Amino acid sequence: MNAGKKGLRGATILLQALEKEGVDVIFGYPGGVLLPLYDSLLDSPIRHILARHEQGVVHAADGYARVSGKVGVCLATSGPGATNLVTGIANAYMDSIPLVVLTGQVVSSLLGTDSFQEADITGITTPITKHSYIVKDAREIPRVVKEAFYLAGTGRPGPVLIDLPKDILAMENVEPFPAVMNLRGYTVPGKGDSSKINEVVKLISECRRPVIYAGGGVIAAGAAGALRSLSEKAALPVVTTLMGIGCLPHGHPNLLGMVGMHGTVTSNYAVDDCDLLIAVGVRFDDRVTSGLGHLFATKAKIIHIDVDSAEISKVVRAHYPILGDARLVLEEMLDGLAAVAVPDVTDWWDRLHVWRNDHPLKYDKDRLTPQMVIQCIGELANDKTIMVTDVGQHQMWTAQYFPIMHPRNLVTSGGLGTMGFGLPAAVGAQIARPDDLVFLVTGDGSFQMCIQELATIVQNNLPIKIVLMNNGVLGMVRQWQKMFYGERFSGIQLHSNPDFIKVAEAYGIHGIRIESLDQARSAIAQAIDYPGPVLLDFTISPDEDVLPMVAPGKAITEMLGR
Amino acid sequence: MLHTLAALVENHPGVLTRVAGLFARRAYNIDSLSVCQTEDPQLSRMTIVVNGDDQVIEQVRNQLNKLVIVHSVTDLTTESVVNRELALVRIKVSTETRSEVLQTVDIFRGRVVDMGRTNITVELTGDAEKIDAFVNAIRPFGLLELVRTGKIAILRSEV
Repeated sequence: MNAGKKGLRGATILLQALEKEGVDVIFGYPGGVLLPLYDSLLDSPIRHILARHEQGVVHAADGYARVSGKVGVCLATSGPGATNLVTGIANAYMDSIPLVVLTGQVVSSLLGTDSFQEADITGITTPITKHSYIVKDAREIPRVVKEAFYLAGTGRPGPVLIDLPKDILAMENVEPFPAVMNLRGYTVPGKGDSSKINEVVKLISECRRPVIYAGGGVIAAGAAGALRSLSEKAALPVVTTLMGIGCLPHGHPNLLGMVGMHGTVTSNYAVDDCDLLIAVGVRFDDRVTSGLGHLFATKAKIIHIDVDSAEISKVVRAHYPILGDARLVLEEMLDGLAAVAVPDVTDWWDRLHVWRNDHPLKYDKDRLTPQMVIQCIGELANDKTIMVTDVGQHQMWTAQYFPIMHPRNLVTSGGLGTMGFGLPAAVGAQIARPDDLVFLVTGDGSFQMCIQELATIVQNNLPIKIVLMNNGVLGMVRQWQKMFYGERFSGIQLHSNPDFIKVAEAYGIHGIRIESLDQARSAIAQAIDYPGPVLLDFTISPDEDVLPMVAPGKAITEMLGR
Repeated sequence: MLHTLAALVENHPGVLTRVAGLFARRAYNIDSLSVCQTEDPQLSRMTIVVNGDDQVIEQVRNQLNKLVIVHSVTDLTTESVVNRELALVRIKVSTETRSEVLQTVDIFRGRVVDMGRTNITVELTGDAEKIDAFVNAIRPFGLLELVRTGKIAILRSEV
């Protein structure tokens, strides 16, 4: 050893910088260029969770971030390790989830030579990261890490990638520069413009048919409490996006439900008929507007509150744009509302109640249906239960029927719609909140896209309850083929599915198959009481549809299955 | 309508890719783009001429501003600005046309920067209209090659 050694190894500096940011767990998968880092990791208090595929690594970090509100951290090696992260990075980007993604890179001298396991990951991920770095000088690591966490977690959150060449990680005796951020081109909107907020308060006071349209931005900003107060103060009805579920507890009298393609009829009618739309932390996604921005809430004055100026008026022109942090803006609105009269919304609520009575969500109760299973889980689980979903029909049924009582208790891939997200995201969720009950609702299509992560569950003793809606088909695609392609079913049959109970058992997971209605409730109760992970394999009909539904290209009031 | 945007961006490798990539994936149409260092060596200035209605331009500005490497974006379109392009034009000449070509160059205040037996190369600066007019004027003599920069622009000072 060098007696006069003052500095540290690059990898050690990295790990210490992560510790300073409060990182206690990294989801990772090792590889050649990460050897110096994995060596240093042995001496770090940071916990490492080994997934079974890099896609599992990044989705787990994503699930961790969603339920904890902290920045999730994941790690993969250069080349294929890094490219396997791409879907997960895009997923986090679309849903504004804060991640710091660390990738190994080939040694600096080989960069750009098509060397072994080299991929230009910063180039590949430019459109799906909030920002990215390639570290060229080990002394810069503390600054880069500090900036990355700040960028990932502030403003509109998102993934930030740090590419780390092997020589940077392996370099010994490094004396780092101080971690002083230099982000002159980055500003975080805080309070909204007070004069605009005053205008908006006046509008609320004078409106007759208001609707709050709340999205993931409310949850990201920690603004659910303020939103609830605002809604209760002025009796403002609330519709949410998929990402906004949890803004108001399920069953709250002011909550009309989800809006959009598989929203409630009441929500869609309310948006169409309202005279004031208060959009908070939403982006008027085409799964809400049907891609018909010009037909959306046409009778309303539109207030759009968002932290990202590029979202305001992107799809639907806002009459009252307010750039700012949703919590601060809503709190200021609440203060303002104290000084004015609350709007007279009695007639509006009468109308909403009629719609709610005439068009409830409904399903067949005398068969084993996925809706019934989800509702039953809701009855048996506690209100802190984290519900994770995959993507497809089961995701929409969960959004419709599972009672989410708190923000950050629903983990679902909204913007990107990534099949395979659920299982690894459940891993991350359970790691972040080890004492809370975690349910995963998945389908036999999605489940098989990241099924290898069952091993991660077992290795880490994670008592996740996996609910498999097993219908032997790719249900959502089948539903579209049934409804819009004349029942010409193509490429959707999952013949040769394995026996999932045996698969679970092979991994050391307890499995229960449920084939009839009378078995369902007790099986769910049994799973909740069981101390370890359980797979509940529900045999359901492939003919079950997600309803109501706005057909593609139709206005949101034209719902099938009303 | 054409808008001229001036963006101050960080002077790092990869910055151009981020900006160009943004325009490509959001399908904004760049008419011209020029990049140069500024009086601050840490910053570059991009002058981007982009086509779109007001809503598109607002989106372009917002999206550009979201990039961490972009420090500021100014729309110079409605401002009072001096804008210039530079053109290098190779024109066919013969003993019969030479003097008339040189006269035309003179009228447009161009400068001959290279001369061959059968052609001359002229340097010309001005706004886009002036360069277009020059190109049209010399076209009958034989336009052999035209190289043109994108627009650069600077705000007029207040007097």
